[in-house]
Amino acid sequence: MPFEGIGASVKRREDGRFLAGRGRYVDDMNRPGQVYAYIRRSDRPHARIKHIDIAAAAAAPGVIAVYTGADMAADGIGGLPCGWQIHNKDGSPMAEPLHPVLAIGKVRHVGDPIAVVIAETKTQAKDAAELLVIDLEDLPGLADIRAATAAGAPLVHDDVPGNVCYDWHIGDKDAVDAAFARAKHVVKLDLVNNRLIPNAMEPRAALGECDVAGHYTLSTTSQNPHVIRLLMGAFVLHIPEHKLRVIAPDVGGGFGSKIYHYAEEAIVTWAAGKLRRPVKWTAERSESFMSDAHGRDHVSHAEMAVDESGHFLALRVSTLANMGAYLSTFAPSVPTYLYATLLAGVYKTPAIYAEVKAIFTNTVPVDAYRGAGRPEAAFLLERLVDAVAHDTGIDRVALRRANFIPADAYPYQTPVALQYDSGNHEMTLAEALKAADYAGFPARRAEAARRGKLRGIGISTYLEACGIAPSQVAGALGARAGLYEVANIRVHPTGSVTVFTGAHSHGQGHETTMAQLVADQLGVPLDQVDVVHGDTGEIPFGMGTYGSRSLAVGGSAMVKAMDKIIAKGKRIAAHLMEAAVEDIEFKDGAFRVTGTDKAKALAEISLAAYVPHNYPIEELEPGLEETAFYDPKNFTYPGGCHVCEVEIDPETGVTKVVNFVAVDDVGRVINPMIVEGQVQGGVAQGIGQALLEGAAYDANGQLLSGSFMDYTMPRADNLPNITVGTEITLCTHNPLGSKGCGEVGAIGSPPAVINAVVDALKEYGVRHLDMPATAEKIWSIIQANRPKMAAE
Amino acid sequence: MYDFAYQKPASVADAVKLLATGPEAKVIAGGQTFIPVLKQRLNKPSSVVDLAGLGLSGISVSGNTLTIGAMTTHATVARSAEVKKAIPGLAMLASWIGDNQVRHRGTIGGSLANNDPSACYPAAVLALGAVVKTNKRAIKADDFFQGMFTTALEPDEIITAVEFPLPVEKSAYEKFRQPASRYAMVGVFVAKGPAGVRVAVTGAGQNGVFRVPEMEAALAKSWSADAIAGVKVSPEGLNSDIHGSAAYRAHLITVMARRAVAAAG
Ligand SMILES: Cc1cc2nc3c(=O)[nH]c(=O)nc-3n(C[C@H](O)[C@H](O)[C@H](O)COP(=O)(O)OP(=O)(O)OC[C@H]3O[C@@H](n4cnc5c(N)ncnc54)[C@H](O)[C@@H]3O)c2cc1C
Repeated sequence: MPFEGIGASVKRREDGRFLAGRGRYVDDMNRPGQVYAYIRRSDRPHARIKHIDIAAAAAAPGVIAVYTGADMAADGIGGLPCGWQIHNKDGSPMAEPLHPVLAIGKVRHVGDPIAVVIAETKTQAKDAAELLVIDLEDLPGLADIRAATAAGAPLVHDDVPGNVCYDWHIGDKDAVDAAFARAKHVVKLDLVNNRLIPNAMEPRAALGECDVAGHYTLSTTSQNPHVIRLLMGAFVLHIPEHKLRVIAPDVGGGFGSKIYHYAEEAIVTWAAGKLRRPVKWTAERSESFMSDAHGRDHVSHAEMAVDESGHFLALRVSTLANMGAYLSTFAPSVPTYLYATLLAGVYKTPAIYAEVKAIFTNTVPVDAYRGAGRPEAAFLLERLVDAVAHDTGIDRVALRRANFIPADAYPYQTPVALQYDSGNHEMTLAEALKAADYAGFPARRAEAARRGKLRGIGISTYLEACGIAPSQVAGALGARAGLYEVANIRVHPTGSVTVFTGAHSHGQGHETTMAQLVADQLGVPLDQVDVVHGDTGEIPFGMGTYGSRSLAVGGSAMVKAMDKIIAKGKRIAAHLMEAAVEDIEFKDGAFRVTGTDKAKALAEISLAAYVPHNYPIEELEPGLEETAFYDPKNFTYPGGCHVCEVEIDPETGVTKVVNFVAVDDVGRVINPMIVEGQVQGGVAQGIGQALLEGAAYDANGQLLSGSFMDYTMPRADNLPNITVGTEITLCTHNPLGSKGCGEVGAIGSPPAVINAVVDALKEYGVRHLDMPATAEKIWSIIQANRPKMAAE
Repeated sequence: MYDFAYQKPASVADAVKLLATGPEAKVIAGGQTFIPVLKQRLNKPSSVVDLAGLGLSGISVSGNTLTIGAMTTHATVARSAEVKKAIPGLAMLASWIGDNQVRHRGTIGGSLANNDPSACYPAAVLALGAVVKTNKRAIKADDFFQGMFTTALEPDEIITAVEFPLPVEKSAYEKFRQPASRYAMVGVFVAKGPAGVRVAVTGAGQNGVFRVPEMEAALAKSWSADAIAGVKVSPEGLNSDIHGSAAYRAHLITVMARRAVAAAG
């Protein structure tokens, strides 16, 4: 039998059903008597709702109900809750304006839901929605964060002055000011982190049901069904947990956008209760563009104080973060605890001070998107380090090396709250430079120049934080939810195993990785282990999947549950083999009496546990099933080095990524092939952000990139062959030593790409350019600097 | 989409009759433009007349004419030995339209009737001085394209074929793709044939496809990329959007034209 345990590149078990079209997604589910919801959304960025006339729509063929915000309010339904509360510099809580499920009084972004029509067929619902007469009075709108903070800017929420959600800071301002005062160089940089539209392959969908006894079921495209149950049940619809089941079946990608509790989930569940018929809603792709939470959207100013030998003395950052029109579920945490705390990166900068203002605008709410705050931090820092190299003339690799936190300095306390447990930045840097043939670059640049092309190489040595934790600390920092994970491991009578996890797989391959972990640790064949996830009716209360936590946190819970299984198994084995418990060891799937050849396989122990004829029944309960909750002591800190090489056609400005190397430290690897796939996908998204993607709004808040005709998703031919390597240090505080690999690709790559583009353009006097580095942007830079070059 | 009646006639005459039954009757060819329009409810036809049963598909060369039936798909044009031999630039153009699925459904007739300002075929048809044949008449390319999404076609007129005059001495197409849609942001077709030396530009103009007389004059004198390198196109009247300003498009026209001339050999 081939090796299938920890470290084996087992092919993903779930792919068979996905590739054969046998996946079971929410939209595949159909119930007897099911009706369809269509949501009429705002096509205006900002407007007062003067009147809604539903009469014609309600009378249209097949229509069962038409509801507006007023109907939900009449049922005592308030707004959608926010799961994280940030406090201002002065200690007061952030502004948390009402986020109505269906608009009340005003619409605040293109896509804001105004009314829902429920009909026998989807077409009837859509036809009737066109008959709604919605009288809107346009108000001035805002899309740009800087415009939203200008004096006299229109207000997105009448009760939020200046459109400021919060004005927060972290770090020691005085220490930073003092360091700047004695710095030899002060290097400044203004950066924009472009707004992204996630675009999971499967659009969001929700199916609400309510049975005669008043038990509700919501099937939804979610990354965390228990979180949705808690948020929607307790805070929106007031349905107690025992009467609400949330199922997230196969989900076709999330990238963060399916973490949040969305209006449509509440609408279909509430309507199913009122109508006592199953109500289904499935987003059209154009709705995804205007209703799935967007990502990023920061405007920052950064300054680094540097001494004469190139050591970083202090970092000062001020950032404006776009929240969009309302607070999405975890939005406030992203530009604060997932961003500013990462500004030390891999460097031993002794003093850091960051201020973050979160701003409301008339745009789709912004929340965590693959990387969530850490890509923004990595981009800022890795661009700034290159700017330091540019301004001081110090080589960018030497500069990084001079400032790295050395491997022997771990654990390392940063000046921005986090304590890193492990890492070795020299190791990943050296390996990446080798794999990218960094030394051979000048020859490749010269060769490209002979072909009339501009070639550049860029590196980023990034660090990030996964598995947001621990619960107590996060709670003190504003989290309104726990951050542990749960696993239930059920060894069946004949020794096969079902694993119930609170994590959720929507492309990550958990059904394979987690089964490998459990099979390896319990010494059973892989095909004897199944993983169950995504149904609050089956799994214990877990927190779901985000922030690359599933293995580091969810897998650790499994290890704890298996420890309990093994401990119990030892006692059963001791009884059966008439030995002392201390003399039993568990190895390769069998309990052995040390120093003898007496052994019992796991299956023999489990059978004895469920058929307890010969069993220590006085001391032990029958059965072999254990649950463990694991609350991490710290974040995990993956990091690494990405090297990107680009070639620019100066005539058109088109950039081609010609080589990309990612060497990441993700901690212990269970399945190298899946890790590589995660990194490849993340890098693809990072290259997309750096060169192609960008949500475009006009100044007023009209969405200009509302479809794939205008929003540039990266495609296969935009991507080079990506070389992925792993060089690991173990996480020291979880039992697996794993750190997480889901987001590293999207975090490390954008600065590597832009650093390469800037390098390619260095002869044109370019020091920085913002993402996406589109062909036109680069062409304009080349045009603007041509005369200068000619003059030289 | 809204409900509509679907009809699939077996002759051009029947198709025309069905079109005359109502002002909102529309023909469908490959559906690659029309179906998305219907799905977005931007059009509410009373009936849809499918041209697939009319026998309008096929490619033939006779005498000095290459004829492509209106229902011939882009994929068929792209791999046709006759097209590759007679007008290689045309095969190249067809091979770059959309993706594989689009190329196997979309048709030359549909593309021309639609006259999307960023569609590729109009550049070839204009540069090659082709003739658009309909159930009623023959329309010269010079008269056919009348601005963005506007053609000389009358409501009950169906394109049956496109005739390209031969021999074509030189032909090539260069396309700068709009990064998201991959339609032409700037597409330039250069040709030397019975219609003379022509340079036709698609994607860039607010009024759809247009010719660049200065380049044509320069190329007529000397067919080389260098001959037009100095020709600057005015941004006046060019499109400007989130993907490219008029000035950028103007610049790209010269770059693409040069590359097309070089590719034509
Ligand atoms: C993803 C995608 C990418 C694309 N990329 C490109 C590209 O790069 N370059 C490009 O040029 N095009 C592109 N297209 C458009 C494609 O070429 C279509 O095939 C073309 O626009 C329409 O052809 P059709 O046969 O599908 O016509 P349909 O969509 O069926 O019809 C289009 C219009 O023409 C009318 N019509 C069709 N046939 C006739 C006829 N014989 N007589 C009179 N009227 C007629 C219809 O009534 C309708 O109004 C793309 C399309 C898609 C979906």
